[in-house]
Amino acid sequence: MFCEKSIELIRELHRMSDGQLPAFNEDGLRQVLQEMEALYEQNQTDVNAAKAEGRADLIPSIKLRHCCLLRNQRCITAYLYDRLLRIRALRWEYGSVLPPNVRFHMCAEEVQWFGNYKKSLASFMRSLGGGEGLDITQDMKPPKSLYIEVRCLKDHGEFEIDDGTVILLKKNSQHFLPRWKCEQLIRQGVLEHVMS
Amino acid sequence: MDTQSYLPVQPGVGMEENFLSLDDILLSHERLPARTECTFPRLGFLEKTTDSQDITEGTKMELPLWLSKGLYERKRRVLSVELPKVYREGWRTIFKADPNVVDLHKMGPYYYGLGSQMLHFDSPENPEIAQTLLQTFIGRFRRIMDSSQNAYNEDTSVLVEHLDCLEKTLFRSGQSGLNSFQSWEKGQASQLTASSLVLNYRKRKMTDIQP
Repeated sequence: MFCEKSIELIRELHRMSDGQLPAFNEDGLRQVLQEMEALYEQNQTDVNAAKAEGRADLIPSIKLRHCCLLRNQRCITAYLYDRLLRIRALRWEYGSVLPPNVRFHMCAEEVQWFGNYKKSLASFMRSLGGGEGLDITQDMKPPKSLYIEVRCLKDHGEFEIDDGTVILLKKNSQHFLPRWKCEQLIRQGVLEHVMS
Repeated sequence: MDTQSYLPVQPGVGMEENFLSLDDILLSHERLPARTECTFPRLGFLEKTTDSQDITEGTKMELPLWLSKGLYERKRRVLSVELPKVYREGWRTIFKADPNVVDLHKMGPYYYGLGSQMLHFDSPENPEIAQTLLQTFIGRFRRIMDSSQNAYNEDTSVLVEHLDCLEKTLFRSGQSGLNSFQSWEKGQASQLTASSLVLNYRKRKMTDIQP
């Protein structure tokens, strides 16, 4: 049956319903496009035959192939679109720099799209707050205090805070830091928020 | 409770399909028993049972929903679509008797979705199908809502395994509401947590290392 390859692409994304980005399936995509090309060519020959020889009996077959073409188109569009949604979520979860193992799963166009998304988000955030800019990825939960107690879950190296002091984020060390400085590191799993 | 920034495209409601929704694409891949009402020339290779070059008139095939929907026409008889077993009279009686005993995951898993899609094909039984779908949902909803709101810190796999896809989504959103409320009550709602996406990535990395 036609369109088995394209449903495979969809299943692949559906299996990872938590929003992880699987590797870009270039091979699968190419196979779908090849199938579409073949379907299109067969339809062309049949359409010509139907026109020239007046063979109206070919029309159901033409229609069937046309449905398959549309179906493949839908699957590919949905595949690419859903990946974009996932990539957009990565910007909010990881921040503007992605770890290499995640970026490795994106194709060249997706890397470019991610860069553009980053840029438009940044210029939007700069335009907020009366020209001073506002980081809207901060304070996803309403803050209760300016400083919070955090515990380091892995070695992260040196870290500079507002007043210029440099602290060393070593595994299992605890620090009392400005909340807005460590929110992203907590999200990335480097620090852990300690609640008394 | 974590806030997810990845929100997949929601499936369509009722008879509408959402073009970009992964769930709806998988739903429309469900196969329906159909019978061809005309010949499809040069496509015989799709039907494994015959060696002929064409799909002849009157061939019984299992066609995916999207294809049946595309080929089906009211005026010209190209294809006649039969009802899958679950939507026929016999099963409708069972659903009427007690909707709670049926394993909709085994029967579906897109029982409601596929049922609503069946209404696209003009069948004289359509009003009854629609009615059964609605009554089944109403009959099962109470139990799903109750279990999703009260099973806290428990293994829910037994509760979920008999549910249809739509019901599973409902169950999950009930659970996430319950979990958020519980963490608010314990005063943990303001705690900053690592993104679940990041954590899952790390988990996968760990398993990648192990042979």
